Amino acid sequence: MSDFSEELLRPMTGGDLGETRVLSGTGMCFPWLQKHIQSVVTGGKKEKDFAQTTNACLSFIQEALLKHQWQQAAEYMHSYFQILEDSDSYKRQAAPEIIWKLGSEILYYHPKSSVETFNTFADRMKNIGVMNYLKISLQHALYLLHHGMLDDANRNLSQAETWRYGEKSSSQEVLINLIQAYKGLLQYYTWSKKKTELSQLDEDDYAYNTASQNMLNHSWKTSINLSALIQIPGVWDPFVKSYVDMLEFYGDRDGAREVLTNYAYDEKFPSNPNAHIYLYNFLKREKAPREKLISVLKILYQIVPSHKLMLEFHRLLRKSEKEEHHKLGLDVLFGVLDAGCTNITAWKYLANYLRQTLMGNHLAWVQEEWNSRKNWWPSFHFSYFWAKSDWKEDKALACEKALVAGILLGKGYRYFRYISKQDHQVLRKKIKRMKKLVKKCSIVNSGL
Amino acid sequence: MDLEEAKEFRERCTQCAAVSWGLTDEGKYYCTSCHNVTERSQEVISTEAIPNTKIQAINRGLKRKRKLEKGWDWYVCEGFQHILYQQAEALKTLGVGPELKNEVLHNFWKRYLQKSKQAYCKNPVYTSRRKATVLEENASHSDWDSAPELLSDFSCPTFVESEAESQPDDHIQKPFPISRASQSETASVCSGSLDGVEYSLRKEKGVVKMTVPGTLAFCYLALLWQRETMTLSDLLRFVEEDHIPYINAFQHFPEEMKLYGRDKGIFAIESWPNYEDIHKKIIEVATFLDLPRFPDITEDCYLHPNILCMKYLMEVNLPDEMHSFTCQVVKMAGIGEVDFLTFDPIAKMAKTVKYDVQAIAVIVIVLKLLFLLDDSLEWSLSTIAEKYNEENKEDKPWFDFRKWYQVMKKSFDDKKQKWEEARAKYVWKSEKPLYHSSIDRSVVYKRREMVVNLQKQFSTLVDSTPTVEKKSPSSFQFNWTEEDTDRTCFHGHSLQGILKKKGQSLTTKNSLYWLSTQKFCKSYCKHVTTYEESNFSLSYQFILNLFSFLLRIKTSFLHEEVSLIEKRLFKTKYSKTKKKSSRSRKVRK
Repeated sequence: MSDFSEELLRPMTGGDLGETRVLSGTGMCFPWLQKHIQSVVTGGKKEKDFAQTTNACLSFIQEALLKHQWQQAAEYMHSYFQILEDSDSYKRQAAPEIIWKLGSEILYYHPKSSVETFNTFADRMKNIGVMNYLKISLQHALYLLHHGMLDDANRNLSQAETWRYGEKSSSQEVLINLIQAYKGLLQYYTWSKKKTELSQLDEDDYAYNTASQNMLNHSWKTSINLSALIQIPGVWDPFVKSYVDMLEFYGDRDGAREVLTNYAYDEKFPSNPNAHIYLYNFLKREKAPREKLISVLKILYQIVPSHKLMLEFHRLLRKSEKEEHHKLGLDVLFGVLDAGCTNITAWKYLANYLRQTLMGNHLAWVQEEWNSRKNWWPSFHFSYFWAKSDWKEDKALACEKALVAGILLGKGYRYFRYISKQDHQVLRKKIKRMKKLVKKCSIVNSGL
Repeated sequence: MDLEEAKEFRERCTQCAAVSWGLTDEGKYYCTSCHNVTERSQEVISTEAIPNTKIQAINRGLKRKRKLEKGWDWYVCEGFQHILYQQAEALKTLGVGPELKNEVLHNFWKRYLQKSKQAYCKNPVYTSRRKATVLEENASHSDWDSAPELLSDFSCPTFVESEAESQPDDHIQKPFPISRASQSETASVCSGSLDGVEYSLRKEKGVVKMTVPGTLAFCYLALLWQRETMTLSDLLRFVEEDHIPYINAFQHFPEEMKLYGRDKGIFAIESWPNYEDIHKKIIEVATFLDLPRFPDITEDCYLHPNILCMKYLMEVNLPDEMHSFTCQVVKMAGIGEVDFLTFDPIAKMAKTVKYDVQAIAVIVIVLKLLFLLDDSLEWSLSTIAEKYNEENKEDKPWFDFRKWYQVMKKSFDDKKQKWEEARAKYVWKSEKPLYHSSIDRSVVYKRREMVVNLQKQFSTLVDSTPTVEKKSPSSFQFNWTEEDTDRTCFHGHSLQGILKKKGQSLTTKNSLYWLSTQKFCKSYCKHVTTYEESNFSLSYQFILNLFSFLLRIKTSFLHEEVSLIEKRLFKTKYSKTKKKSSRSRKVRK
């Protein structure tokens, strides 16, 4: 039997089929070791010049692409196609994918290229071997989308969707789902356009009924296309968002909640901050109880402590009755500012909340937070340089920061000293109040 | 669908290459693994056999069981003969005398067929092994004709191709005008040639089996016999530059000589010839052919080191004055003697001088004698020369090694870059794809078509002017002329700055020398020395790189040749192995 049959036996997976990398224990990659191993594999036999020159050709293409020399890249590509006829079946099978990647890149940028050229190339490459059909179809569709050719993209996806290849189609189920989902996304786009049209129509209008009926048909197809994909673990943000949007429009709140909850909480799914943001926004729209909102944001806080929703989270915690929430509120503020934020609200919140906490006799909370930060916050936030530049850029921010610095580091600290010595007519009163507050609250004083 | 019925159809699916067919209701074949429906339909043999009363299948054209490609009956050695023929023609176009093809090469080949018992002998290998079919059909002829009849008209003892000029194509290009169906039916299962399978299995002791690289050994032997002005490295470079058919030479076989199956392994080549391999092959072939001593290589022959040195000095842009030094080295090392240079296959230890490598090695040695090449002396000598040239602009300029290095480095890098680019763009695959077995045929052809289509598409993206224009063949790769102002020509420069008067004669200012190999390897590993680049001076590395690129050989190979000549030159040094450091040495002029 010929070596072509191997292609059928070995399903292609992943991108790096072309090279088997040598991985050491730590996951490091040694390209040079690869070469040595390959020469062991060939039994010390000299590599054929064909293999050597096609390899060199590949390097030339990569170099040309790197330097945006599309013309040269196309020239070398012309010779590189030979690898499709390589007598080494392993290389021959890996070739279509490499050629597709390089070729589509060239055709995307080459000045003499056009959509037609790209289409012809994609159609050809789809039919070399079988394992790349779906992947190329999908990328082809994305290319068409990029060029605003929605109908063509849709046609392309429909074609790919119905493609079946015996047993091979089952191993590529995810790809088929993805293709369907993209189709769904396109349908969603049409749907939401119709939705806008509908909103401009009068409900009593004769046309309204037909239009809404039309929309309903659309949404039904779309939801089928979308729902299959988002059951599979993965990051499917745009698909989930569109699906939920439609469900909400037709009043299926439970369905929407279920999808979002599943997307955020199913452990099989990779950790994804957006999943929690979507759920939170949905619950907020639903006017869910505060407790519920807090529990959602708590997870987001663990993943992205500097997210802009954290200030909202802080407000929720502040309003809560539970003491542990109050403590967490402080934690959240410190967390936000760990990322080096120049958001005045965050500093204002911290200044106020520090005062409030200290007045509430929770010095221990503050000390707990401060202990892990006292080594680096002074130079990170409260350096002399920052004092000068903050004062220059945003005086209000500088005042808030100075207050925090004063509370945490004492009135002798350079940031506070610099700001408090500034003589400014409008802010004079504020600075005076600030000095008073620091005298009263500073943990450094109280520590003495 | 009836899978049983579809078993007849054995071709691969063009979509997925599986051989698993079912029949559709219309009687067409479809692939059970990818559901691709072909244009082919099952041939309806008898209508009664179909259970359905309606006749369902209509035969639409193409017959189901296509016969394998049919062509002439031909033998593997005829294939090689064809390649040799093409190569000889190409050599003729390159300016080699016509006697090479008609007399020398032809004779060598005939001798080969005879020695390997393929023809021109009482009991050729084919008639003894093959079944009687051949004999029966040629019953009226003698044994001689049943061998590949290719050379039957040369069987006259004069060895001279009398009708060659009048009808050169007649006998070589159509060795087998009659096709014998009965035989090819059985023989062509796995090869297009009659004896492809047998040939690839054949392992006879003492017989040199013909290969495609072997054809070049024949060509070189013929060139050497004729004392043509072409070295082995030239020959191989012409092959690489496609001036001599080699890779895909089978493409130009007559249409009726079909190749597939085992023929692929015999005739398809995926590497350019390698100097060392071909050199070995030359000796092997010459010994096997039992050739007599070749014509003498005398001082007026192109291959004599004195002439080759002159040629290479010009090529690498060194002063003509260096030639007297190379001649002296050649003389002292005794490598200019007729007996040393002339190839004698029946001598006890048959060896043929690597004329080109040797000449280049001599130049390396002269450079070492003059400039020491220790990364220091050559530069200080250059400074002196530079100063002199500045002060005496009217005089003949002194040779400035630094300036030479700069000019050569640039030209060499450019050349090498172009060479690498051209290699990367080389088209290896023939328009006539070879396949292993008949069920692969459609897939292989389809693949070829795909490549051609893709190439066509991308060629529209390329500028109409090809960047790699085909070079016209030349034994010079570098050209230096006085007119070219960017690339200084050093041929006329003088060596005065590096010589000094001593009595009546001139000696080199430099009196030191270092040996490229201190101690030769005496084990049985066959190499005499190794070349670890980093152990040597940068100037030496540069010169070896440049010169070995010129000959398209490995640097280590040139290094070895340099060491071997030094060994002849400094015999005394090597005999007194204890004394390691090299003493001063003078070359008199």
